[in-house]
Amino acid sequence: MSLARDLLAGARDFLARAGALSRFFGRLLLLVPGGLLRPRLIVDQVYNAGALSLAIIMTSGLFVGMVMGLQGHDLLSRIGSEESLGTGAALTLLKELGPVVTALLFAGRAGTALASEIGLMRATDQLSAMEIMAVDPMRRVVLPRFLGGVISMPLLTGIFVAISIYGVQLIGVQYFGIDQGQFWSEMRSTVEIEDVREGLIKGFVFGVACSLIAVFEGYNAEPTAEGVGRATTRTVVVSAVATLVLDYIVTAILL
Amino acid sequence: MSIEPNPSSGGKPGAGGEYIAALRGVHYAVDEKRVFAGLDIGIRRGEVTAIMGPSGTGKTTLLRLITGQIQADSGEVVVDGQDVARLGRADLYALRRRMGMLFQNGALLTDIDVFENVAFPLREHARLPERLVNAIVLTKLHAVGLRGAAHLMPQQLSGGMARRVALARAIVMDPEILIYDEPFAGLDPISMGVVMRLIRSLNDALGISSIVVTHDVQEVSQIADSSYILSEGRVMASGTPRELQSHPSPIVHQFLEGLADGPVPFHYPAPDYREQLLGPGGGAG
Amino acid sequence: MRQSRAIDVSTGLFVLLGLVAIVFLVTQISNREFSLTDTSFRLKAQFENIGGLKVGAPVKMAGVTIGRVEQIGYDMQLLKAIVTLRIDRKYDEIPNDSDASIFTAGLLGGQYIGISPGGSEDYFKDGDQVEFVQDAIVLENLISKYMFSQAAKDTSGEPEASSKAPETKE
Repeated sequence: MSLARDLLAGARDFLARAGALSRFFGRLLLLVPGGLLRPRLIVDQVYNAGALSLAIIMTSGLFVGMVMGLQGHDLLSRIGSEESLGTGAALTLLKELGPVVTALLFAGRAGTALASEIGLMRATDQLSAMEIMAVDPMRRVVLPRFLGGVISMPLLTGIFVAISIYGVQLIGVQYFGIDQGQFWSEMRSTVEIEDVREGLIKGFVFGVACSLIAVFEGYNAEPTAEGVGRATTRTVVVSAVATLVLDYIVTAILL
Repeated sequence: MSIEPNPSSGGKPGAGGEYIAALRGVHYAVDEKRVFAGLDIGIRRGEVTAIMGPSGTGKTTLLRLITGQIQADSGEVVVDGQDVARLGRADLYALRRRMGMLFQNGALLTDIDVFENVAFPLREHARLPERLVNAIVLTKLHAVGLRGAAHLMPQQLSGGMARRVALARAIVMDPEILIYDEPFAGLDPISMGVVMRLIRSLNDALGISSIVVTHDVQEVSQIADSSYILSEGRVMASGTPRELQSHPSPIVHQFLEGLADGPVPFHYPAPDYREQLLGPGGGAG
Repeated sequence: MRQSRAIDVSTGLFVLLGLVAIVFLVTQISNREFSLTDTSFRLKAQFENIGGLKVGAPVKMAGVTIGRVEQIGYDMQLLKAIVTLRIDRKYDEIPNDSDASIFTAGLLGGQYIGISPGGSEDYFKDGDQVEFVQDAIVLENLISKYMFSQAAKDTSGEPEASSKAPETKE
């Protein structure tokens, strides 16, 4: 009986939180037009969320690509189509692996940074001080970070996919000796521009979701050290789940 | 150097009469816990008013009622003739621009340096030429004695210095009301003396009204024009520091003298001591 | 303000890198000739055997890709494969007596459709049927054709007996 009650309470909490998130999102969207008038703040946050994530994205991209090269070659040589390595890898990375892995890495690196920055400001009364100084913290602190994340994610996704394909090429052509020309032409003949578009749309959607979750958790963190820590953890967990759920939804819509 | 505040509909200076801010019959509760039960406080223009009381009497809540960050369940909170609870967002922000607040831990923005912190309200609310901003910021920093620290980062400041920078920031827009939340907490005697001196001299030099929320009785008594002592959600005693010294109430006496036991008990409620130590019946093996 | 210069530069580089990556993906990875289906018209062709032809295989004239295989279906009435070709609109002057053949790229490469122009003054329109087609060359058929021709030569008294002859008896 108590399990049922707990589940019900959990469901109610989930709904309450989802509702709060939606209202937060709404407020944020209304502020966007005004926010674009302060490019300095946005540029700082694109740096914060994007440029600083480059190292991890590029490294991961390279290794993911190389692993795909190894595994893909092994798999395809069992059915005798090694030349399709480029095609298969490119499509997988472009449409699925690229956006999803980038989003997860983004949530881990940039999402936690955003959440903890804002959470810390909450805990040290900086947000309150801003309110007293008649500066809306949503406009000054939250919105630029949100936009920074939204702008950065598609770019990071593109970089990840490009580098990972290079990694595939590194293994497939340089190591396994697949013909370079064939590798690229096979890929080119099967990959449509719609696939690239799909990957970038996912990058954008995941960017909105992960950035929103990060700033929301930070803004609503309890103003204590543990509160900030919890907010950071929740950012990663919720972002990951949201990314995977949205992945299914977007894929189903676009296919 | 003074910055003209934006004229707002009802906020003519002097509209409140003798009191620049007042709370009348304020009730406020959080999660069934009653914080204020009929609070009446008046902040006189041009004076330093101290608000004291034992821990947990909701002093910070009081400040948030004055700045409009929270709303009372009943009663009035009037600042400069305007009922704070009824103000729309724009008017509330206009009113807040005429207030300055010093937070307990300074609440400086950690990603910018001292100069930028003090300049923050200027940059957000006014479009001034850089030379003017420079002059204003340095003047305010000079008033708190930290003009030379303009390019340090907040992390490099000691507690006392951070608080002084926060003070410079609070006065940069030449507010009419300055609110201090526990300005003496955690400071060494020298820094405390500095802050005391600043509160008093700024109040007189700038012709503003100051509200100091604290429980550092000795310090604030030296600079306050009038004081309120709160307990259990209402005003226990009020008057000048001298009047309070000879106040008959035992709780006021305990508070002002810093006595360990009295109306506010030393012991947290607990079962009988003998019984807990020796078992019921006392002494049975 | 020194700090913000460095940030501006880094951010600019990051955004540039991102855009370059995306441009790379668009141009180098995908076939960008036909980004919008509106700029193409369709032709149908019926084949007895399409061999290894796949959807997305190129349609070429004189070796130049002018379109893609959009759809491959099978008609139960005609008992033939129906291939839908999507041709870019700018190649709108293909004589309507041209023929479509299935070729193989290289020895073991993918298959594609090659169109050889006819002499007609009228051109293909959207939805037209290609009359003249040539099916894919299937390797097994080729070998058995060769076998039969060898067997035929043997039985007509040719002095040369191919070493393969005994093995062709199936």
